[in-house]
Amino acid sequence: MINTKENTTTPVMSIEDISISYGDDKYAVKHVSAEIEAHSITAIMGPSGCGKTTLLRAINRMHELYPNISTEGKILLGGDNIYEMPTMNLRRKIGMVFQRPNPFPTLSIYDNVIAGYRLNGIRMKKQERDEIVEKSLRDVALWDEVKDTLHSKGNFLSGGQQQRLCLARTIAFRPKVILLDEPTSALDPISTSKIEDLLVELKKDYTIIMVTHNMSQAARISDKSMFMYLGELVEYDNTKKMFTTPTDPRTEAYLTGKFG
Amino acid sequence: MDNIINIGKTAGLLSSIGYRKAKNNIFKILVMVFSFLTISMVFLIIGTLLVKGYKQINLAFFTQVAPDTFTAMMATANGEVIPGGIVNGILGSIYLVLIASVIAIPTGMVIGVYLSENSKKKYACLIRDIADVMQGVPSIVIGIIAYIWVVVPLTKGYSVLAGGVALAIMMLPLIVRSTEESLKMVPDTLKEAAIALGTPYYKVIWRVLIPTSFSGLISGILLAVSRVLGETAPLMLTTLGNPDVNWNVAKPGSAVPLLIWQFYNDPNMVNLIWSSTIFLMGFVLILNLISKWIGAKRK
Repeated sequence: MINTKENTTTPVMSIEDISISYGDDKYAVKHVSAEIEAHSITAIMGPSGCGKTTLLRAINRMHELYPNISTEGKILLGGDNIYEMPTMNLRRKIGMVFQRPNPFPTLSIYDNVIAGYRLNGIRMKKQERDEIVEKSLRDVALWDEVKDTLHSKGNFLSGGQQQRLCLARTIAFRPKVILLDEPTSALDPISTSKIEDLLVELKKDYTIIMVTHNMSQAARISDKSMFMYLGELVEYDNTKKMFTTPTDPRTEAYLTGKFG
Repeated sequence: MDNIINIGKTAGLLSSIGYRKAKNNIFKILVMVFSFLTISMVFLIIGTLLVKGYKQINLAFFTQVAPDTFTAMMATANGEVIPGGIVNGILGSIYLVLIASVIAIPTGMVIGVYLSENSKKKYACLIRDIADVMQGVPSIVIGIIAYIWVVVPLTKGYSVLAGGVALAIMMLPLIVRSTEESLKMVPDTLKEAAIALGTPYYKVIWRVLIPTSFSGLISGILLAVSRVLGETAPLMLTTLGNPDVNWNVAKPGSAVPLLIWQFYNDPNMVNLIWSSTIFLMGFVLILNLISKWIGAKRK
């Protein structure tokens, strides 16, 4: 498959001078630039209201669902500016997992995994579908738990299982980048650690960007960390370096629990 | 002046625990009496109808049309049940509701989707207000409108189509509002999940929003149907009534409430009122129960 060694340092995406404002010049994100490495986990940290979710949503243009939003700057994915791509194509390349597990309640577990294909009207042979469902569920370590109940609705699953199902639904499309918006904040510690292990496993095939409230989570699993404060990207560095020797005093203050 | 102070003192004394308990009991009894009165009203209505009408309910009631007034008079005079039934009314009512549904359900659902997706836009607010006003328009007025719009220019005479249009106008605001409300119950996170998968907007609505709120939509439709099923006034001005079963949309048709009105006007037919009313109430009751059951299943 992909030669991981060679790809570790290639940027898969570059964020170039992104500013996002709501309505009358209230900037949620100010002049953020960053290169995202392939096959890594990048954590976005910062106190509430610092613009981290807005930045994350700007990467697959989900922020455009908010009213009165305007975006400046560009984000390049494999050399193409995502703001010039049709959103539908873009979102198939950049998947997203949300804060609360949100599987489709009317669909079976099987159909939830394949939902991306179904909703986009992509037709496949049954065998192909079965393969995608099994592979995706195995990748999120859910296969053994649900293989006998694939065709029943997923509402009896626990929160953690539902979140892994949502992850399976996202990776079923083989996206380049997976965005996660505080994916474990609604989960118990055991489910959280399962998801964390999974993400470390999944970065071999995908590039992962996650927003997290939880500093120790960022420290545990991310390769690179961004610290955002009041819409600015204060510091962006290797996670180890940032947690041991932060350069900006604000980062240090946040990491040592002086605010946030 | 002294008197007023004394009254105040007595009231203060009376507000002891015993007085409060007495007040509590009086209130409790009042609540029980009034709620019993309300419930007993329903049972009285159903009881009266059953006692007076059960004799008329037989197979012929559902398969034959009503006899002429002379036959009915002879039967009543001999103490027999009136032969025949209200099949023209039953089929006519179903036909009318079908026509009304075909017009009102798709239209109402499209408008409802628009309202829930653009709830804050000025145009949406205007439509919502108009829908609310429409719910309050007296049904006889809607009958006159359908008379002017359909009976006079289109079918050149009383017709099933005109009745269907009148009922559709009555159903429309109900469908619009119930669609809007049930779509609003779908959490935004589901919509976001679909959008994040690159789903085109129309498919988000068609494949996610509508299936997720399906039970709400159905129960809204059933309630709207049961509401118009008992309408009489607009039908008098549009579909008029017909002694036989009629499937021609351009000709007058019958309906159960119209038949009840006609039986009421014919002293020989009075016995058929009760059984027809039982049918109408039973039908509406079943629709209501199904809609409640679907609504409960959703939770």
